Amino acid sequence: MSRIRDNYENSLWNRLTRWVNGETDPFKGRMEMKPLREAELKGDSVYNPDHLDQAKVDDYLDHLEKNKEMKAFRVLYCLGSIALCLLLISVLLLTVSNLPVLGDPNGPNNNLVSWRYIEDGVEEFGATNLVANMILGYRGFDTFGETCVLFIAATCVIILLRRDEEEIENTKETDWKYEPKPDAILQTVTSILVPVIFLYGFYIILNGHLSPGGGFSGGATIGAGLILYVTTFGFHKTQRFFSEKTYDMVKVGALSLYSVTMIYYFYTGANMIRNLFPLGNPGDILSAGMILPINIFVGLEVACTMYAFFALFRRGGM
Amino acid sequence: MSFVQNFPCFSIVLCMVAGILSTPMKGKQAKNLTLVVVTLVALMSIATLGYVIGTGESYTYMMGRFPAPWGNEIRVGILEALTATVFALVMLFSLLGGMDHVFKDINESKINLYFILVDLLLSSLLAIIYTNDLFTGYVFVEINTIAACGMIMIRESGRSLIAATRYMVMSLIGSGLFLISLAMLYDITGHLLMEDAHEAMIRLTQSGQYEIPLLVIISLLTVGLAIKSGLYPFHSWMPDAYGYSTISSSSILSSLVSKSYIILLIKIFYRVIGFDTIITSKIVNVLFVFGLIGMIMGSVSAIMAKDIYKMIAYSSVAQIGYVYMGIGLATEAGMAAAIFHILTHAITKSLLFLSAKGLNDASGRKRVYPALQGAAFRNPLAGAAFAVGSLSMVGIPMLAGFISKILFATSALGSDPKKVLPTLIVLSVSTILNAVYFLHTVVRIYTPVGEPGEFKGVRIHMAVGAAAALFCLIALNFVLGLYSQPITDLIQQGIQMFA
Repeated sequence: MSRIRDNYENSLWNRLTRWVNGETDPFKGRMEMKPLREAELKGDSVYNPDHLDQAKVDDYLDHLEKNKEMKAFRVLYCLGSIALCLLLISVLLLTVSNLPVLGDPNGPNNNLVSWRYIEDGVEEFGATNLVANMILGYRGFDTFGETCVLFIAATCVIILLRRDEEEIENTKETDWKYEPKPDAILQTVTSILVPVIFLYGFYIILNGHLSPGGGFSGGATIGAGLILYVTTFGFHKTQRFFSEKTYDMVKVGALSLYSVTMIYYFYTGANMIRNLFPLGNPGDILSAGMILPINIFVGLEVACTMYAFFALFRRGGM
Repeated sequence: MSFVQNFPCFSIVLCMVAGILSTPMKGKQAKNLTLVVVTLVALMSIATLGYVIGTGESYTYMMGRFPAPWGNEIRVGILEALTATVFALVMLFSLLGGMDHVFKDINESKINLYFILVDLLLSSLLAIIYTNDLFTGYVFVEINTIAACGMIMIRESGRSLIAATRYMVMSLIGSGLFLISLAMLYDITGHLLMEDAHEAMIRLTQSGQYEIPLLVIISLLTVGLAIKSGLYPFHSWMPDAYGYSTISSSSILSSLVSKSYIILLIKIFYRVIGFDTIITSKIVNVLFVFGLIGMIMGSVSAIMAKDIYKMIAYSSVAQIGYVYMGIGLATEAGMAAAIFHILTHAITKSLLFLSAKGLNDASGRKRVYPALQGAAFRNPLAGAAFAVGSLSMVGIPMLAGFISKILFATSALGSDPKKVLPTLIVLSVSTILNAVYFLHTVVRIYTPVGEPGEFKGVRIHMAVGAAAALFCLIALNFVLGLYSQPITDLIQQGIQMFA
């Protein structure tokens, strides 16, 4: 008869049998198993910084800093990432040196695609700004997608940073509660500059189909004007003409009109239905069919988004 | 042109419009709008699928007045319509299943924003599936990334913010590599449209020009999309992202978002670079090896995981490994198996996440195993759903997971002789590991709570929508398991349409 081992209780087989029979809990003793507290039963436990023992934390950080393994790991990590970056840089440089030369007339980029954009663009879309034809006309779907990227980026910033008006009023004194101090020089200069900036922004948008520019750049200019105004005069004054409601209305209005235009364009285009947007006389301010309205919609959306980014980061609301 | 042919374009734009219109809405209205839109998209995708099967050939749809390569274009084949249908259905069920948690987890004033994200995410998924243009693909990958990030962080707890930051960093590295490779690809082919780029690519491979850039392009592209879909060494963002976001988000992220990148990768492999070029570049072998490692390591981490969501998340790592292993076999059968597994995993993983949430609710919202003991008795439907999902992932016959495993095994036999043995061995080891962690959990939730004084949890009844979602997902699982032949045929036809 074989001898029963002294530590039979701990043998692999016995532990397995006990686990199969459900007698033991494989997690017992290996993980935190505190009795359930009231707060945990209700939901996620609440983080409370007052419970932290500062001395313990300092000890732990000190330990982390002096730990030899950690130190070695950090050094290795640094070296490793530097080596990886250098490797990637050299691979990319090697690749670039093997790519076709930029501007080579026999290069692969110089093909029928760009020829048609240049030769027939004005005739087919009516805008003398060839880039506008390309991004808003031929590849309108991509640009619609890009506008949605901007829209969704603004949505994410709102999720992260928006606070309720009450919350802004009720919080302790922090920087973002304060309005800017009235400054005579700043205010005078701003009140001269802002109308000019707005006017220039509108000019870039409305001339988007005739000259370089368009919705994205014009909208950014108008947004910059709004930001300048709000940093000088404060949010209360700005809210008289640009509140969160205006923001929502302008943005939703512009984007939905844009999408209606695009649906019309896709549907009529794919089903070969005649286009009702008159192309007009290339070079006129009222020409180029749908490109002018799209530029206006994109411009409004971009201006709103620019301002919203600033306002959300500054104050958590508009 | 038949009216049905408009449906893919309509479904993409409809989602975007719904997202835009949700901005000024209240949470409830936005929810209703989103549910209606997702249902419509599912119906339209089914109609499109029927149409494409009927005609037996793919068609392209001009997005605008000018044909590609000048204008934008989407392309609809059997594979596209099939994935779109499954994705829309899974999206609908994930939303229904987690709806009450969406309203609990998210600040009331921000609920409509969640539905904006969902709408735009669906539009980007559809556009990635249908696109016939590389740059359109990139634009919608961007939307997809930002929306996914927002869906993780909208819970606004510390952990979900950290998870979102991690996800964003990893995902942006992936997008960056993908963009660099697209720029170079455009530089050497001069085209963004998939067909034209493919023609130029054939000319280049025949003349042997630009060999180095081509190799770099293929590797950057593959690595970029592999990072975004969470292939093994790049999986570190997954457990937190899936574990700490609201349950609908976890379910959508794990079953749809990471899959859409794989679909895009397969599309580029077949329709731009050419699968033969991919095989000669040996990148498939790299994917094969990392797929195998992922299958094992994901399962091992899942066994070590102490909380049920993390267990399911690590199991995703293993399943993504399966998919890449299938691609790595470098045969058409392997690719078909990989695509079938994408569908299987989409359906099963959402089922697992939703039912795990149901069990967790019945256990006082504790996520660790001891608290889950006996949970299946407190929430019978969620218990049954979890058991079905687990058995499917392990590979029990009659369920979807069994078919994927058998497809992988048979396709391995037809591939490179050097790959046969490793595939079969790792497949069986991974199946055993799957069984260990899934069945262990199933046993635990079906073990009655004994000792008095132990925490008992509460008996709960699920909301009607959530229960319906679980039922439908279970049914889909059986459909995929019992009627697999027609579906694999469709996938095979779809792959042939790609070429």
